[in-house]
Amino acid sequence: MRERLNMSILKIPTPLRSYTNGQAEVTVNGGTVASAMTSLIEQYPALKPHLFSEGGDLRAFVNLFLGEHNIKDLQGLETPLGESDRLILIPSIAGG
Amino acid sequence: MTLLDFQLADSKTNLLDGLASHAGNTPLLPLRRVTLRQAQGGALGLPPRVKIFAKAEWFNPGGSVKDRPALNIIQNALANGDLGSGKRLLDSTSGNMGISYATFGAAIGIPVTLAIPASASPERLTLLRALGAEIILTDPSEGSDGAILAARQLAEDNPDLYWYANQYGNPANWQAHYLSTGPEIFAQTNGQVTHFVAGLGTSGTLMGTGRYLRERLPNVKIISMQPDAAFHGLEGLKHMPSAIRPGIYDESFAGSNLEVRTEAAHEMTLRLAREEGLFVGISSGAAAVAALEIASQLDEGVVVTIFPDAGYKYLSDKALWESPLPKGEG
Repeated sequence: MRERLNMSILKIPTPLRSYTNGQAEVTVNGGTVASAMTSLIEQYPALKPHLFSEGGDLRAFVNLFLGEHNIKDLQGLETPLGESDRLILIPSIAGG
Repeated sequence: MTLLDFQLADSKTNLLDGLASHAGNTPLLPLRRVTLRQAQGGALGLPPRVKIFAKAEWFNPGGSVKDRPALNIIQNALANGDLGSGKRLLDSTSGNMGISYATFGAAIGIPVTLAIPASASPERLTLLRALGAEIILTDPSEGSDGAILAARQLAEDNPDLYWYANQYGNPANWQAHYLSTGPEIFAQTNGQVTHFVAGLGTSGTLMGTGRYLRERLPNVKIISMQPDAAFHGLEGLKHMPSAIRPGIYDESFAGSNLEVRTEAAHEMTLRLAREEGLFVGISSGAAAVAALEIASQLDEGVVVTIFPDAGYKYLSDKALWESPLPKGEG
């Protein structure tokens, strides 16, 4: 029997949409934030250097929000994702 | 003595201007230990005739360099009647400009409305609310450009309620630096500044200070600095190729442009705190990276940059400040 995948939505900020063919939202294989990010990079490999260091860690300034909460205040990359969860990549606030 | 004889000891305090008379005239601080550290590392030693200085803009009453353009924009709008008849000042902001508008708005009696991404740090939003500003939170995934578009729309829909200050397109922004930051740097360096390095946000600091310095010192080198990628962690700085271009920005103005990686700015921000006692914001770290890069290429010269604000508004980013060692990844 084929395992049912836990799919979530990852919202892409404007500055990164040039790497997702203009897509504002990407459906990712969820389960946890880590697996969602792996799924995102598998679909759009050009995003990787923007989000991950050469050592493979999420870059420190990358903020991912689940609802109102930064995952850094939850369980980090191990934060579980439910079927209807929307994960949002937040850009820094530029200029003025 | 009677109260009629009352006189403040500090004759510079202007009873009519209050806070406004204390904007600008910030200290010019030398960077000493972060440059020595590089020399000991062997890679980028600075010759003794090369100096680096930073304008300590958190000494402004509103806590950042933005006091200069905010005050000039408000004063110009009052002078020509755009403000003062009950309209609210409306603009988009990443935080500091909003705090400066709200500070002087409260002092002068001008109501202020600000469009700001909902992802702004809690310190910034709390400060703005404390100062009585009306806040309109915009979609965080749209970043600053989303806030700009929201402010434009609000102004268009309610022309009788709002006066749109438009810091990105208002010439009073860069003119504030032409009138204050530039002359201060010229005077504080005895006219010997050779290189001016400024980060790009609205570009007002670069354009105004740079224009003044270039008029007084035709050989001065003007260098712009911006993030190295569209998605970055340098709050307050703009990656121009991927953002809405400010109307006051002239891309051809700076003689050269440097790109700074977020991790390098974070590491330098920590070093400035721990090696210079300068608890500054992330964009100051980026400015120091750029200034050191310029200085490392010189045999002699006086490099001046701007440290826009202090670190208080970024304290909620605990991972940055509590890092035991610099976090750079090379």
